[in-house]
Amino acid sequence: MRRSMLFLPGNTPNIIQNAEILGADAVILDLEDAVAPTEKDSARILVRNAMRYMGFGRCEVIVRINSIDTDFWRKDLDAIIPQRPSLIMPPKTATAEDVKTVDAYISELEEKLGMEKNAVGLIPLIETALGVENAFKIASASKRVKAIFLGGEDLTADLHCKRTKEGNEISYARARMVCAARAAGVEVYDTPFTDVNDDEGIYTDAEYAKSLGFTGKSAISPRHVKAINEVFSPSMKDIDYAYEVMEAIRIGKEQGKGAVALRGKMIDAPIVARAQQTIEMAVELGLGREA
Amino acid sequence: MNGKLVQSIREAIALSGLKSGMSISFHHHLRNGDYTLNRVMNEIAAMGIRELTLNASSIFDTHAPLEEHIRNHVVTKINTNYMSAALGHRISEGLMDAPVDFRTHGGRPRDIALGNTPIDVAFIAAPTADCAGNCSGKYGPSACGSLGYAFPDAMYAKKVIVITDNLVPYPMKGWSIPEIYVDYVVEVDAIGNPAGIVSGTTRITRDPVGLIMAETAVKVIQHSGLLQDGFSFQTGAGGASLAAASFLKDVMLRDGIRGSFASGGITGYLVDMLSAGCFESLMDVQCFDLKAVESIRTNPAHQEISAMQYASPAAASAVVDKLDVVILGATEVDTDFNVNVHTDSSGMIMGGSGGHSDTAAGAKLAMIIAPLFRARLPIVTDHVSCISTPGRDIDVLVTQRGVAVNPKNQELMLRLKDAGLPVIPIDELKTMAECITGKPNKPVRSGRTVANVIYRDGTLMDTIQSV
Amino acid sequence: MSKIIRRATAGTLESSDVFVTLEPHDSGVEIELDSVVRNQFGPAILKAVEEVLAECGVNSAKVIVVDRGALDCVIRARVETAVERGKGE
Repeated sequence: MRRSMLFLPGNTPNIIQNAEILGADAVILDLEDAVAPTEKDSARILVRNAMRYMGFGRCEVIVRINSIDTDFWRKDLDAIIPQRPSLIMPPKTATAEDVKTVDAYISELEEKLGMEKNAVGLIPLIETALGVENAFKIASASKRVKAIFLGGEDLTADLHCKRTKEGNEISYARARMVCAARAAGVEVYDTPFTDVNDDEGIYTDAEYAKSLGFTGKSAISPRHVKAINEVFSPSMKDIDYAYEVMEAIRIGKEQGKGAVALRGKMIDAPIVARAQQTIEMAVELGLGREA
Repeated sequence: MNGKLVQSIREAIALSGLKSGMSISFHHHLRNGDYTLNRVMNEIAAMGIRELTLNASSIFDTHAPLEEHIRNHVVTKINTNYMSAALGHRISEGLMDAPVDFRTHGGRPRDIALGNTPIDVAFIAAPTADCAGNCSGKYGPSACGSLGYAFPDAMYAKKVIVITDNLVPYPMKGWSIPEIYVDYVVEVDAIGNPAGIVSGTTRITRDPVGLIMAETAVKVIQHSGLLQDGFSFQTGAGGASLAAASFLKDVMLRDGIRGSFASGGITGYLVDMLSAGCFESLMDVQCFDLKAVESIRTNPAHQEISAMQYASPAAASAVVDKLDVVILGATEVDTDFNVNVHTDSSGMIMGGSGGHSDTAAGAKLAMIIAPLFRARLPIVTDHVSCISTPGRDIDVLVTQRGVAVNPKNQELMLRLKDAGLPVIPIDELKTMAECITGKPNKPVRSGRTVANVIYRDGTLMDTIQSV
Repeated sequence: MSKIIRRATAGTLESSDVFVTLEPHDSGVEIELDSVVRNQFGPAILKAVEEVLAECGVNSAKVIVVDRGALDCVIRARVETAVERGKGE
């Protein structure tokens, strides 16, 4: 379950050591924008040690490395891959080739370290106009790609427009990202809401992202995590419906029916898959029931 | 014209008959902005008076010059309820021959009233006074709000000197302490620095760990069974405690709960709760910020209480005994729920009980909020360096990684577990912290006794050794 | 074997961090420790510093550690960073 992903600066021990209690399903330890160029080495070593020695509990750990047009990204991977992160986030991903470059280097490291192949996934950060246009190609460039991630701040700069709270300027990009991800069969995550002091706006923004089909949303402040989790959790109505679907399927099977209808609507495979997903989340959130 | 108004502090001291070996007192409402204690002590030293017992309700960093008066034997004994690090560290290093006696905000007025700690001359800094000594903290350029801690001094000291920087014509309106107790009045240019007396605003923490603890604290209150109409509440001015007050306000308004009162040190957050209808009244022994001062001056539901009414076990009844919930801090908590607020983890004095043990004893639910570890120091230990408040009076410890309920309160334990709160045995919290920080070496207590911690009923709770 | 050939620093003076300074030194390792948790963790901090220096093959350096309550793995990270910055090729 990955409703919320919280960015945390990679060179700040005080924040990293409390990562797991901030309520986020995943934390993104950032070696890129949150770290000054002169501190890239120290953040890299700190994040490596934190992953090696600190517990992150139930919180999934993702590491944002530096982009492939820098001198840092290979060193970042050298240090981080042995710690078996769940996902690596390569920023400024614009083409399928970009993904393949990172993929190849990770494979090289996995082999060298005797690690299981393709154990480490990728969540490319798409934050340029070219990246958005190539979103499907990026999402299907490698088996490692588990999800794609929209970065709205850099994107608006690239689009020559201003980032607003309403986000009309990125509505095309959002829709395109969701479409590309779903076409490629991967998850898709929304850009952070950047007004840290707006406790209402985060709900609106997260609800909008959910309505478009995003799997979850990122945050740059722990204050937004609760709202994101609430919005991206299944509602009791969703959960009830999911159980009804599964029950209808069970009865249909018992009766040897090929097609099953619920409330006058045919239940097809995608509906069942969604229902299963909803129940899995419900169970994880302690809202599941006995079968 | 009566003869109370005198020209200088020195004249008042002389007239009061203060002599070597006597006892003097001060209140701490001007907190770190106070000029009065230092000015009076300098006069006393200059007059050659020595070997005094200093009874100050609290001693702040601004009172660091006391060190010289102690070295010169002007002060040879201290009774107080709180001592911040500047003088505290010197005391821990063995500055004084006689141990400091720490009491609580309720124990101090008790012992003054019972004659256990008699005061010869009380010096009362008053933000506004008239020539007869009627005085108040609510008005004037150095306004501090409530004068709660000064009441026992005024009522029981043999001589009382009011020192003001805002002398108004007799009779002043809205006095707190009446002229019947006052012997001399002195006008000075300034009794304190307003910037240090109250904060402009007290702010809730932005620290995510503090906010998470505050959210958990409010859940504990919600599920304690105590949050209903008539609810009474106290919290400190620490960041996480204020955040808890702010979250509690949202819950009370959402659920339409109309509480009875909030007490203790009052901040703008509690004033907001009063104006929003969360409480009928504020019982204010001390104001922490300008909003609280403004409120106590203008809102009759915001009431000034004396230290006796606040917390004295010798009073016929006291506010703390009517509390439902109090939120308190801690520098250390041990696995028996004993709490240390006097010393840091190295055993150096840097605080004191204040109202900690009084409210913990009185409230139905005494909650400690503390992070599992500060920097690298675990909060939960096997044995606290100093027992300030006994574990029997503490019900629950809230940290960012779990809630430990005192096994003596099984009902609360069940309620919180049923509510799905992360209830963990306290020794597991300790293990969890030590897994993260490593196991700290415990400094051995050796040295001689530099302070006694006297519980609110007058019994000796613990001693503090030199470091 | 790594030799510290220039003064190098790593870390910060923020709470839960540590500021490490490494300087070239003629013989042996000399550690100066200033820590807010010295009473509780002094020996553990020195051990962490010594171990990282040994792992990095540094056997002579002057190390100044100003600790603000950093966890063990943070101390190790900062010392290693300082070595990387201060060692000769």
